[in-house]
Amino acid sequence: MNQADRLAPPEPFPAAAREALGNAQLRTNLLHATTTIRAKRALAVAEVADWDELRDAGAAIKDTALRSLDRLLVDLEDVVRRRGGTVHWARDAAEANSIVADIVRAAGATEVVKVKSLTTDETELNEALAAVGVHALETDLAELIVQLSGERPSHLLVPAIHKNRTEIRDLFREQLGLSGLTDDPSELTAAARAFLREAFLRARVAVSGANFACADTGSVVVVESEGNGRMCTTLPDVLVTVMGIEKVLPSFADLEVMLQLLPRSSTGERMNPYTSIWTGVSPGDGPQEFHLVLLDNGRTRVLADEVGRDALRCIRCSACINVCPVYRQTGGHAYHTPYAGPIGAILQPQLDGERGTSASLPFASTLCGACADVCPVRIDIPALLVHERAKVVAAQRRGLERATLGLAGRMFRSSRAYRLAQRLARLAQRPFARNGWIGRFPPGPLRAWGRSRDLPAVPNQTFREWWESRDRA
Amino acid sequence: LTWQASREYAETIQPALFITCLGDTLAPQVGRATVAVLERLGMEPAFPPEQTCCGQMHFNAGYLDDARALARRFVEVFDGYEAIVAPSGSCAAHVKAQVAELAEEDRGVSARTWELSEFLVERTRVTDVQSTYRGSVTYHPTCHSLRLLRLGDRPLSLLRAVPGLELVELPDAEECCGFGGTFAVKNEAVSAAMLDAKLDSVLSTGAGAVCACDSSCLLHIGGGLRRRGSRTRAVHIAEVLAG
Repeated sequence: MNQADRLAPPEPFPAAAREALGNAQLRTNLLHATTTIRAKRALAVAEVADWDELRDAGAAIKDTALRSLDRLLVDLEDVVRRRGGTVHWARDAAEANSIVADIVRAAGATEVVKVKSLTTDETELNEALAAVGVHALETDLAELIVQLSGERPSHLLVPAIHKNRTEIRDLFREQLGLSGLTDDPSELTAAARAFLREAFLRARVAVSGANFACADTGSVVVVESEGNGRMCTTLPDVLVTVMGIEKVLPSFADLEVMLQLLPRSSTGERMNPYTSIWTGVSPGDGPQEFHLVLLDNGRTRVLADEVGRDALRCIRCSACINVCPVYRQTGGHAYHTPYAGPIGAILQPQLDGERGTSASLPFASTLCGACADVCPVRIDIPALLVHERAKVVAAQRRGLERATLGLAGRMFRSSRAYRLAQRLARLAQRPFARNGWIGRFPPGPLRAWGRSRDLPAVPNQTFREWWESRDRA
Repeated sequence: LTWQASREYAETIQPALFITCLGDTLAPQVGRATVAVLERLGMEPAFPPEQTCCGQMHFNAGYLDDARALARRFVEVFDGYEAIVAPSGSCAAHVKAQVAELAEEDRGVSARTWELSEFLVERTRVTDVQSTYRGSVTYHPTCHSLRLLRLGDRPLSLLRAVPGLELVELPDAEECCGFGGTFAVKNEAVSAAMLDAKLDSVLSTGAGAVCACDSSCLLHIGGGLRRRGSRTRAVHIAEVLAG
């Protein structure tokens, strides 16, 4: 991300989406990628006879964890310490970033290698480290591509979904100094591998997120596809894991359910290629210094909302994103949060306290419900979207929409007022209606409708007028 | 069941029409067609004249106070009817899923509310309503019919029973058309892009009409077809079944 991006306040979703819609390449790639991954997921899920029961179990495990978070986090801290790790508590992004910066500084490093991590995207750790002279190198292939192009990830799981291989070839030619590179995928992968391997061998400090952490054993779990995560969590001397507090599971045994739900929902695989599980420090094997940073950053606020807290069940699989018809059109950048798509639209506003740009996100949905059908932990995303909308609306005192809907609400409370409104609409439309349709619109909310659609005019006889005339006859 | 037996059974039901505010004001032909179908089956539907809106738009837009008031009003207006029939998947879904909680006391009204095709197939147990149609139709399963009401293939079973109707499969049928109530205005650009994809699918079938169980989605799709200058019509399932 360049400096200008960081200084400019992000646009609300409708404006950002309009921009994204102008990017034809992005939309072609999105359509192709989401179609492929949806189909893969559907096949992988159809194989499991008790999938719906697994979803019930996943939801129950996460609910149990969230209800006993106070106890589980202390248990986790205790056992990680006993196993030779250090546990840090971070109230917000700034605290988490400065904890990580201090650890890196103490290790005398100026570079860290990173496992793909949404949580550190959320805290903007890379930018914070850069500010203190530490280069954070992303080692997931797609994250690396995004980082080298100075952009932000556009998809939770497939961060470079908006780029095609020609663009990647040009990027590698320029950024990695490989002028003869072709756009052959295996050649591109080999180039990235050679570049990354040097970094893995050089790095003294690695930073990861966590998919899960088990409160009973203190084990931390990272699930990935490329093996870069395994390199990061085993090769360097120092390993720092930044983890949202909602990632804790009561027991190691709960992984039995979670590790079935996650890969099938996210990549459509029966099992992901690499699952790294480590517990504190193992003397003489792997990193000899392990730090676990437990991040709140708004999560306890989410937890306090009895309805909204269900969003904390999320295991970041991205199934909801891949089926979302809105995301499919816009991609992730329009959301201005690492958590794009339906889950981002319910999680980010809550993390932010329904303030700022993210307050526009709950409205970035038609409530079509495709997300709820695929969620492996049964988050009722449409219900939470409506819940968030109500919070945003309750905080607004003015505005055209409030005035219009307030008036409509009062009008619908009386059938007389409603009938009067029907007659007024018939009068008001006169200058605009032609052959039963309205194609040109006066200024106001209807003009937005009219940009791409005609509207039927109110006919000479409403249904109830017809019914009454029939009654008389 | 023979037609005569079906009619005799249906005649015992006294449904009330919930015609919906949008259907009343912008698509009265759908309500008239609904009446025609029910009457053909021997029923004498009632139309409680005090009805206005179920409050779905307010609820979905986040205006809960209005949604609560309109839910209570809905219960008052429809209390006492043994079956409440709405030619709208999304309004029926709102009543069934939300009104009980919003109104606090619903006197069984939510449970007695039916979307039209569900009412015909499940309550009156009829799939052949003795209609005829000439031409090809493609069916768009609207989101709330599909995922909230779980109508499944009930509307299709009604359409398949219509002689002369050629049913053409809609590609990517389960994708949302982009309406979404206030979404169509608040996020106009995305809504239009979603509509474009839906219109492309509809037109690719070559069908003479696209049919659905929701006047709101049909308003969106129909408005888009008209803007494109297409001759393909957007018709409600009631209009097809009334023919």
